[in-house]
Amino acid sequence: MDRRFLTVYWRDMLRYVRFRALLFSSLVQPALWLAFFGIAMSSSFDAIASQVPTVPGIPRVGYLTFMCAGVISMTTLFTSLFGGMSLLFDKNWGLLREVMAAPMARSNIVLGMGLSGITKSCIQAGIILLFGLLLGVRFFDGYSPFQTVIAIVGILGFVSVFALGFVFLSAAIALSMESPEGMQGIMTLLTMPIFFASNALYPIEAFPPVLQMVSAINPLTHMVTGIRYFAIGPEFSAIGRTFTYSTTDLMVSFGALCLFAAITFALALYRVRVARIT
Amino acid sequence: MQEEVIRVDGLSHRFDDLIAVDNVSFRVHSGEVFSFLGPNGAGKSTVINVLTTLLPIQEGEVVIAGRDLRREPDRIREAIGIVFQEVTLDRDMTVAETLEFHGRLYGLPRAERRERVDELVTLVELEAKRDVLIKYLSGGMKRRLEIARGLMTRPTVLFLDEPTIGLDPQTRSRMWDYLRGVNKEGTTIFLTTHYMDEADQLSNRIAIMDNGRIITEGRPYQLKNALGQDLIYLETDDNGRTQTVLGTQPSVTGVRRKGAAGLLVTISEDGTRILPRLLETLRLDGVTVTGINMKKPSMDDVFMHHTGREIRDEGPESFGAVRSRRR
Repeated sequence: MDRRFLTVYWRDMLRYVRFRALLFSSLVQPALWLAFFGIAMSSSFDAIASQVPTVPGIPRVGYLTFMCAGVISMTTLFTSLFGGMSLLFDKNWGLLREVMAAPMARSNIVLGMGLSGITKSCIQAGIILLFGLLLGVRFFDGYSPFQTVIAIVGILGFVSVFALGFVFLSAAIALSMESPEGMQGIMTLLTMPIFFASNALYPIEAFPPVLQMVSAINPLTHMVTGIRYFAIGPEFSAIGRTFTYSTTDLMVSFGALCLFAAITFALALYRVRVARIT
Repeated sequence: MQEEVIRVDGLSHRFDDLIAVDNVSFRVHSGEVFSFLGPNGAGKSTVINVLTTLLPIQEGEVVIAGRDLRREPDRIREAIGIVFQEVTLDRDMTVAETLEFHGRLYGLPRAERRERVDELVTLVELEAKRDVLIKYLSGGMKRRLEIARGLMTRPTVLFLDEPTIGLDPQTRSRMWDYLRGVNKEGTTIFLTTHYMDEADQLSNRIAIMDNGRIITEGRPYQLKNALGQDLIYLETDDNGRTQTVLGTQPSVTGVRRKGAAGLLVTISEDGTRILPRLLETLRLDGVTVTGINMKKPSMDDVFMHHTGREIRDEGPESFGAVRSRRR
């Protein structure tokens, strides 16, 4: 088996740890989201939610806990969408010609980038989890150590598949673009609806029907669903609403993310195969 | 007969309706330095891109290191080293990492990678820069590193596309020394250049290319000798008359106008002996010679002789240089 995607991965990680400032900001930024947006919003939301009577037997969680899954998802989204950017830099100013001229299947390029996307996203998710717990996010509440481990594995599983989907998408876009400025524009255009037409910050049940449909096929919604299922539980109440995620919901969400990753993989593979760098 | 490392027959390549390469055929033998010389836009880079599998072959037959380009492009990739025209390095990797990365991409085993990196940083005198990031290297060092990288896999043939473009004269001549050394070790070299002196200095054989075709091919001295032994540059008060008079002389093989006021005379014999006779003939015909210069033909003259133009250095590559610096 050709394992040279590990070479592509090695080089990407080399750059990841080399840019200290970028590494630092990518780790601190989501924590700041949680600290500022999360705490500000939860102070008002929790005041409103506290007027709604609790349903007996269903645990109630604060807004900070509710939106933490959203912050993990958003961070993974951003990191992964920009994960393909290096391909564009390589294409314009660097190493892609060298990689393309090597006697190796081009799928290695895509796989290597995917693996590096998974690594970066899992590290970030871990940091946010830790920082969130310090800030008072009530994840894994009442879990046994074993259940906590299972939950973390579950979360990282969702993070990984989700990251793959968007790294591949990003790679496919990067190979079609000429300039980083153009790519930046496309990314901004994509992140806005993906982030806000989802259940990351608020429930989607109150959306108008069109927006509900968008959010139902939105990978971010499925990602958030998966994280909440593992981190909070299948049933809980937040912002005055009860949320129920069945095992079927979980499977559907995971399946949707896998499908998304498979489609974007095919897209990226196609783009990298037809690419001509001379 | 020496072994053929590269065999190209009837290679043509077009971009939309532009014919970049037009029915080109040539051979490169084992151990040779073979140059494609021509102005920018002559089609040199297209040939090298097809030969190195970066562009798909359209028309013609190419065999490199015994492998057919159409059937076994990956085997060819394994057998060749490439130094691209533009800098193809990651500014944020070190010298050693760059070589290591290349070795891994080409599937070299770990022990061999280590050994090759050690050998090659020594060969191109970058031992002291081994763990330095590429952004801190000079242009010449980057070029040397790229040559070292091209040699990682001990290729049968090393392709270089304009290897000294954008380098200062001193660095260029050192680069030639490195390339001669590499060639002496047994690596066949195929290079493209639009520098006459580079082709002249380095090559065993030169193919002059213009407008997608090979115009002439041969050893540097053969190409120059074809122009005769010496070139005489004359300025006279009646260039038209001079052309007629000299045209009748048996030792004169050609008279062409050069510049606004001059004539370029090619002769088949030793100029030091013939020149006095020519001047005497002109004087008897009433032509006054106002300026004179004699020299051995250079590759410039060879190029001009075959194309009727001087090689231009318009430098569209400067665009690439700007791009590679920007990052």
